[in-house]
Amino acid sequence: MSSKLYEVFIRSKAGLNHRHVGSLHASDEKMALMNARDVYTRRQEGVSIWVVEAKYITASNPAQEHQWFDPAEDKVYRHPTFYPLNKEVENM
Amino acid sequence: MEAEYLYHYFLRLADTSLTMSQRLAEWCGHGPYLEEDVALTNISLDIMGHANLFYQLAVEISETDVSVDDLAFLRDVDGFRNPLLTELPRGDFAYTMVKQYFVDSYSLLLYRALSESCYQPLADVAKKALTEVQYHHERSHEWLKRLCMSTEEAQQKMQKALDELWFYTSELFESDEGMIYLQKQGIAADMESIREQWHSMVESHLIQCQLILPESGWVATGGLQGEHSEHLGYMLAEMQFLQRAYPGCDW
Repeated sequence: MSSKLYEVFIRSKAGLNHRHVGSLHASDEKMALMNARDVYTRRQEGVSIWVVEAKYITASNPAQEHQWFDPAEDKVYRHPTFYPLNKEVENM
Repeated sequence: MEAEYLYHYFLRLADTSLTMSQRLAEWCGHGPYLEEDVALTNISLDIMGHANLFYQLAVEISETDVSVDDLAFLRDVDGFRNPLLTELPRGDFAYTMVKQYFVDSYSLLLYRALSESCYQPLADVAKKALTEVQYHHERSHEWLKRLCMSTEEAQQKMQKALDELWFYTSELFESDEGMIYLQKQGIAADMESIREQWHSMVESHLIQCQLILPESGWVATGGLQGEHSEHLGYMLAEMQFLQRAYPGCDW
């Protein structure tokens, strides 16, 4: 049986996003879900799992890291830090 | 009398789970690949948990001060009441998976029935175990389909495992006098009904997987009376070593 690489995403509790937790090998989608359940949720890490075959992820090119991400470095005005918050507003 | 019947019934349930669990645990470090190794041993621990709960029921009904550890680690072969199927050596992966699928199907139907038991502590344990067994059953069924529908070699190994294990399955549904008494009280499950449901489900799955059901023939028996294959003695020797060499050892 040919084995494929899958990336695993777990939602730790209702309302939170699925987060990437790692990868695993499996023969197909259903077995990937089951393997993810057995490998990544044994200690109650999650309530929902996504798996996606790694080849379907399109990734940015690490060689272009500077061109792509450095320009944001000196654009502090993009952060919402230039106006006062009301005291009642907590988690911003 | 009822207490003695209950005690033996709980040992039947517990010993079946403990021997299944121990055979699965033998895969630790030997799984076909990492993910499967983790999964098999997870399931082994789930089933060990069921054994522990059933032994606790036996301890509660017992008139002696026997403990769960005594039952698991200090009884000899003729005290065990599991069917011969669950003590068979783990064999190859096909053999393990066919056996797992048979026993998961059995546990699924049995615990579903026991969830309705009028003996509330038993119904509670069955409900807890059922949640886990539903997943085990889904998983071994998925493996069954994949192994039967991949290569010709896999198909042959699955057919061989089926041919060797099939005649051990009828013992799963045996009852003795005590179990029939408990069934009439609404405590134990009706094994004839479980047998019918099991055959209906399992045979349709096996046929979907293009496996050929063996012709009828010799069937294994004896577990309920404590008459076991030679394999159980070797399993107990390994499993019980620590408690026997270091009595009362804890961790």
